[in-house]
Amino acid sequence: MSIRERLSGNEAAAIAMKQINPDVVAAFPITPSTEIPQYFSSFVNNGVVDTEFVAVESEHSAMSACIGAEAAGSRAMTATSANGLSYMWEVLYIASSLRLPIVMNLVNRAVSGPINIHNDHSDAMGVRDSGWIQIFSETNQEVYDNLIMAHQIAENKKVLLPLMVCQDGFITSHSIENIELLEDDVVKKFVGTYKPEHYLLNDKEPISIGPLDLQGYLFEHKMQQSEAMFNSKQVILEVADKFEKITGRKYGFFEEYRLNDAELVVVCMNSTAGTAKATADKLREQGIKAGVLKVRVFRPFPAEEIAKALSNSKAIAILDKADSLNAAGGALFEDTVSSLYTSNIHIPAISYVYGIGGRDVKIDDIEKVYKDLNEIVNNNGNINYPYRHLGVRGI
Amino acid sequence: MAYNVKEIVGQKPSRLTSGHRMCAGCGAPPVARMILRAVKPEDHVVVANATGCMEVSTFIYPYTAWTDSFIHTAFENAASTLSGVEAAYKSMKAQGKLPKDKNTKFIAFGGDGGTYDIGLQSLSGAMERGHDMVYVCYDNGAYMNTGIQRSSATPKYADTTTTPAGTKIPGKMQARKDLAKIMVGHHLPYVAQTAPYLNFKDLYEKAEKAIYTEGPCFLNVLSPCPRGWGYNTEDLMLINKLAIETCYWPLYEVENGVYKINYKPAKKLPIEEFLKPQKRFKHMFNPGNEWMIEDFQKEVDSRWQELLNLEEITNKKD
Repeated sequence: MSIRERLSGNEAAAIAMKQINPDVVAAFPITPSTEIPQYFSSFVNNGVVDTEFVAVESEHSAMSACIGAEAAGSRAMTATSANGLSYMWEVLYIASSLRLPIVMNLVNRAVSGPINIHNDHSDAMGVRDSGWIQIFSETNQEVYDNLIMAHQIAENKKVLLPLMVCQDGFITSHSIENIELLEDDVVKKFVGTYKPEHYLLNDKEPISIGPLDLQGYLFEHKMQQSEAMFNSKQVILEVADKFEKITGRKYGFFEEYRLNDAELVVVCMNSTAGTAKATADKLREQGIKAGVLKVRVFRPFPAEEIAKALSNSKAIAILDKADSLNAAGGALFEDTVSSLYTSNIHIPAISYVYGIGGRDVKIDDIEKVYKDLNEIVNNNGNINYPYRHLGVRGI
Repeated sequence: MAYNVKEIVGQKPSRLTSGHRMCAGCGAPPVARMILRAVKPEDHVVVANATGCMEVSTFIYPYTAWTDSFIHTAFENAASTLSGVEAAYKSMKAQGKLPKDKNTKFIAFGGDGGTYDIGLQSLSGAMERGHDMVYVCYDNGAYMNTGIQRSSATPKYADTTTTPAGTKIPGKMQARKDLAKIMVGHHLPYVAQTAPYLNFKDLYEKAEKAIYTEGPCFLNVLSPCPRGWGYNTEDLMLINKLAIETCYWPLYEVENGVYKINYKPAKKLPIEEFLKPQKRFKHMFNPGNEWMIEDFQKEVDSRWQELLNLEEITNKKD
């Protein structure tokens, strides 16, 4: 029997963590993710969980402590946002290279500077090559579901990679929505127990972790990380299948919304997908064949699958809530376009950077994107200028 | 049982094995070996190591010189990494996920760069949080692994590659940071400064006390570097001796805030004795630079006096 509740995204994350009952949580406060360790420490101090809560003095130490705890043989979790994630940057790479399946809540917020506490995806995009699995969540329900699935993916022997579950700061983290929770014992059974093969606290088999790894070996070790990321694709789908069996909720690499016969497609991630879907509905009423591809799994990037899903469209707009500042388009745009190219699919595609620093994105804005796509189609696929910004003054 | 170095070395095999690639005449390996010998043979250890000479010389894939469990992650976070291991131990032990009858000890090693400087925040955090661990700083007074750059532990006037003894600026112009005192300011159960001297007795006993005192403990250990200091490799123990006999590196401990100086030289040697055998101080002996030696001596004297005062004040019973 599932439990019906009303929770904010941060509450949903904290409840998921409570049900997962990790051995160690190490975290440092930063808006808008602060509530997660805050709620969680009340579970710790009231004896509801078995977790040792390490209230570290920085995010760098939060990730370092998670690495130590996971390497020790325990399950470790954390939560952060924006500059907190930037501060972890160095150790994020170390976590993934040591093949430690740490699970993180990333409540997406603009990275300074100047300082801004509101939502965009510049934090997640800044660590997209750090070897972490990155799963994005449109709603509070998805935050919860993605967290419940996280350990089964990360800890799989074919994977052994850290994983971050992303949600939009304030938009999702602080908004209360209806949510369906699983019962504690169902979660416990689904998540299972963590049984690492080698770990520091096994006195019968002392091990050394984190060597000086020179020219003769580092490449092979990086190759293994790369293979693990490829392997994770299948595991993500297998875990989603298992999850569907107990919840009825279906998850894949991405969600296809009215995509089957869509001519004009918007590709986006996280909460914007809701606005995009509403826009598509509105345009469909006007006879415009609008569709949405909502990317859920950004790392690993499901390149072939996305290319295939987009293959029947006539024009595509890829929305990035982070500017790569590279004079060549956003990260999601680049990955999507390169996926199409390597699949030998040539469809006009444009990059939109939008919503920076929490700039609101409304149906009107997305409608304009579809309108632009329509123009491209009417103009024989002539793009004119692919590097666009949406909702910014002065252009 | 009275301390006997032969018995200890004979009965307790080194937990840091030979074959590592530290330099001949380096102060760090004998320090690490002796500290680990202070662990009861039946206890398991998780060692955390900050990036530095010790780490890159003892664990080069696929070889490790450590017989206990060992983790290295980065330069500035040995303390926070180990705090995570210790938290996992506490949590798993309480949940019955680890054998009840087996004890694990947690020891971090970091150089002065990874401890006084880039790792100070991580160290302070871990100590303040009260993790049951020992942090050992092997202090060689500069960034030796990257090629002898100054750190906040570098003594005044030392010639390093970022404070070269030039014609305008004659070496490092700032006094070194007093890290042990900063640790005392954390109100730890046990803080000590030590060095290998007199058959390693002081080092061994302090290590044993730190390891078997519950809570966060800190050891600052002098660890001379033949390359950075410019002495003959066979003179390692002589350099240690001179550092102590001149009161450049006093041996003392602070137990719950109470200071105890463990060794007071009968006749304090002049600082020249310590400075002279080291190339990094060579320019101080050039004609016209007498003021540098005088100033150095003054600093050593005032720090020694301060320590004597602290011992007196904290032992006062009223």
